[in-house]
Amino acid sequence: MTEPLTHADFKSDIKPVWCPGCGDFGVVNAMTKALAKLALRPENVAVVSGIGCSSRIPAYTSCYGFHGVHGRALVAGAGLKLARPDLTVIVTGGDGDGYSIGGNHFLHACRRNVDMTYIVMDNRVYGMTKGQPSPTTEPDWDSKLSPDGTGLREFLPMVIALASGANFIARAFTGDPNGLADVIVQAVRHPGFSFVEVLSPCVTFRPEQREWKRMVRTDALEPTADIARATRRLMRDDGFDLGVLFAGGRPPFEPRGTRGTKPVDELEARFAV
Amino acid sequence: MKRKLPRTVGEFMAYAWAMEVEAAERYAELAEQMSTHHNAEVADLFAWLARIEGKHRDQIMQQMGWTQPPDTAAFSWDTPEGPETTDYGDLHYLMTPYHALKLAEHNEQRAAEFFEHFAASKVPAGVRDAAAEMAEEEREHVRLIQEWLAKFPEPEAGWDEDLDPPQGAD
Amino acid sequence: MRGWPARLSKMINPAASYPSVSIALAGSGGAGVMTAGNMLLEAAAHAGYYALMTRSSGPQIRGGEAAAMVRIACRPTECMEDTFHVLAAVDWENVQRFSAEIPLGPDSLLVGDPDQGAPHEIFTRSGATYAPLPLKKMAKGIVEGRANMLLLGLVAELVGLPDDAVVRAVEKTLGKRPAALAPSLAAVAAGRAAAAAIPTRFPLAPPPPCDAPRWLLTGNEAAGYGAIKGGVRFVAAYPITPATELLEWMAPALAEVGGTLVQAEDELASVNMAIGGSYGGVPALTATSGPGLSLMVESLGLAVAAEVPLVVVDVMRVGPSTGIPTKSEQSDLNIALYGLHGDAPHIVVAPNSVADCMRTTQWAVRLAETLQTPAIVLSDQFLGQTRAVIDRPADLADASGRVVAEAGAPGYQRYAITPSGISPMAIPGTSGVTYTADGLEHGERGTPSSQGTDHLAQLDKRQRKLELADYGSHWADVEGDGDVAVITFGSCTGVVREALAHARRRGFGARLVSMRLLSPAQPARLAAALAGVRKALVIEQNHSGQLYRYLRAEFDLPCPIESLRRPGALQFTPAEIRGHLAEWSRT
Repeated sequence: MTEPLTHADFKSDIKPVWCPGCGDFGVVNAMTKALAKLALRPENVAVVSGIGCSSRIPAYTSCYGFHGVHGRALVAGAGLKLARPDLTVIVTGGDGDGYSIGGNHFLHACRRNVDMTYIVMDNRVYGMTKGQPSPTTEPDWDSKLSPDGTGLREFLPMVIALASGANFIARAFTGDPNGLADVIVQAVRHPGFSFVEVLSPCVTFRPEQREWKRMVRTDALEPTADIARATRRLMRDDGFDLGVLFAGGRPPFEPRGTRGTKPVDELEARFAV
Repeated sequence: MKRKLPRTVGEFMAYAWAMEVEAAERYAELAEQMSTHHNAEVADLFAWLARIEGKHRDQIMQQMGWTQPPDTAAFSWDTPEGPETTDYGDLHYLMTPYHALKLAEHNEQRAAEFFEHFAASKVPAGVRDAAAEMAEEEREHVRLIQEWLAKFPEPEAGWDEDLDPPQGAD
Repeated sequence: MRGWPARLSKMINPAASYPSVSIALAGSGGAGVMTAGNMLLEAAAHAGYYALMTRSSGPQIRGGEAAAMVRIACRPTECMEDTFHVLAAVDWENVQRFSAEIPLGPDSLLVGDPDQGAPHEIFTRSGATYAPLPLKKMAKGIVEGRANMLLLGLVAELVGLPDDAVVRAVEKTLGKRPAALAPSLAAVAAGRAAAAAIPTRFPLAPPPPCDAPRWLLTGNEAAGYGAIKGGVRFVAAYPITPATELLEWMAPALAEVGGTLVQAEDELASVNMAIGGSYGGVPALTATSGPGLSLMVESLGLAVAAEVPLVVVDVMRVGPSTGIPTKSEQSDLNIALYGLHGDAPHIVVAPNSVADCMRTTQWAVRLAETLQTPAIVLSDQFLGQTRAVIDRPADLADASGRVVAEAGAPGYQRYAITPSGISPMAIPGTSGVTYTADGLEHGERGTPSSQGTDHLAQLDKRQRKLELADYGSHWADVEGDGDVAVITFGSCTGVVREALAHARRRGFGARLVSMRLLSPAQPARLAAALAGVRKALVIEQNHSGQLYRYLRAEFDLPCPIESLRRPGALQFTPAEIRGHLAEWSRT
């Protein structure tokens, strides 16, 4: 063919609307590097998202993109992958889109284990709607919609993912785009549902998250294929350990039954008197 | 991810080249971000820095007589990104040239330290010499940035105040 | 003979034959009346008749009271008759709950087991004859004999279904359980013999010649097959009464022809999976009922805005909210037309018979693919779950399809403004024409835009592509003639047709317009179809007159229209329509 593609070939010419300082820039950087490293072609990759700041990402790549409705990215992506198993499907979105309205689909996506990669840019806030708590927000974080905080225990995405059957679970940080790129490469290569929770600071509504770069611990997680071991590991997890937690051996979802080649009109035999 | 120590001048200069490439790309990206957010002064500054790093990158190519970019697949940075690469998270849409230059100063300092580290490591003499040379160049860049910084005093408190509240688009 | 009561005439003159006979079988607690009803239907099919079967049951999952209603006829039939000729019950436990669905008359016959109590007064007040038969005792007399098989044999004898057809039907159902076969056949034979004690007969006229293939299927199955014929190869499913069987039929069928069906966790998932699959280039479908459609409407809007083809079959049931899941109603027209927020034109079609479920669903797929938009197919519980013997439907001649972008087209604009409003769609995998599909309003390239000019241009585009499409002759059935007309859609069509046929035989003519294409509205075509008519009656099965109001709102018609409407759970009967038409057409 031609020259191998570089990460620049996976970026579109559309300028992101994200605030300078936003962690999501690191994700575009990492994703495009990962896709180049995987030697994929933009036309064979689909980036599927829901609604939120981070869900704008498909248009910032030169791949096929699908910017759907709030919370439904995982199922749109699953439908696409099941109809077109030849494509590499990457589902992207934020913590609100993915864990709140999309929570049910997250749970079942882990169970279903369709071969695709889910990258969540977690900034512990609803940014696009200007600063409401999300499921990963700390219980005492004050906001207009929930003054003095929600009082709710945080959603623990890694725990839910592990308990629900995700085959690959990792945590990364946008402050390390190269590390994130490596994790994305692993995630895409790993069969089944690969989940990458990415800490991605929101400089506008959670400026204190600039501190995250000092709090994260790189390579603190060691991948295991043992669910019990991963569970014990999560029990002492404070949300800032980075790395691959779990790389399991579940076979990726395949629709049951062989795919036939029968001509359509042979189905009429079922109706014949 | 342990950084491998370069064993030849070629390998070492590949590091240096990669550092400039990344720095140049990043400055260019940041220039675009600033431009989108109508911060023309800083956009222009980042664009200028991108050009300069680009020149450094090209100089290395020329110096080494490379016709093809070196293969940098084998190594990685100890830090999340190259020593001269600005962290995405350090930006603010209202940042002033002072802030941008402070970032650049920080980058050049880290680059100098990066090379000084090689110069003090167990590497062949040729590499040590090359490293020391590069370190000196980066120190010179630091001084240049500091000269520019003198023209842009630190802004007063309230530089990041925007009376308009954030907008939501979706 | 003059002066004799009509039923006596028939008893004495058994040669009088019936072009149509309606039988209801009832019973409870696992009596197996549904099975017997199915066998009766199959026997009728094997004997060369057309037939129709509906079912009704109590709320219990199993063991509840149940009724199977079977109509056997010499001509294709699409509705139930005004009265049932036979109501045969294994027992009378709560069978009165079905009384409205099993109207009887003085010529009707009630058969029941005196040891199981007498028929409820609500049945006997009709004047029907009661023929007691000790079914349970008789069944006990046969090793593993069952009362429902006795009734099957009895009924077969009453209507004159030949033995080989009945045996074939029993063998087909019980073939996998040979131990049950012999006792069942013995019970059938005993039932036939027991008919000797009953003087009444309803002998079917000879069956018509069978010169074309006949099918036995439900509307749900027909719709599933139509979808596959239309090209659907990806289905995402979430079960809901009464649509579940459509999806269950498609699961193995789709796999056989190389497609995929996957069960989703809810309707939000099923509709979005289908949209994802379609975005990937594979014609996709989901099926649901009212409550599910309510959940899906946001995503249907996404398919409109992003111009992604999609078919959603809504097998309508009684609403609102949970309503009556097992009964039919035509009350989702409003949500189908108006349920999407924003201005979101899309396709709404309605099959008007079990047979039509095949063609119209296929048509919906072709329209959705060609026009890159969602198409809602308004079926209903009556069409979806009625088992019918029909002539194999004619194929839909339609070669339309998705216009796709070729590889490498420079400057590809997914949502380019074209004269037809249709812009080629890039399919993932095609190089050089990548784009991001978006529910956000967008410019021609697909980039999100908050500009009023882009919004207007795209709205015009999405409207124009539907307006300029050629819907051919399939948009409605226009039949008959007269100075008045009946306008209807969906399952009401069958009963209206029968009522009008009856009326025509008595010299009353009316035009029938059964609308298949409900959206986009075709005011000019409907006006043309009503040319020369002085007034039209809109007949529909919902409380608020949704079609009537839609016509009043969107259509300039050459004549005034009035409304005849009734909500579910009962279907109209031909007599009701006839009576109302007679009264209505007098002025």
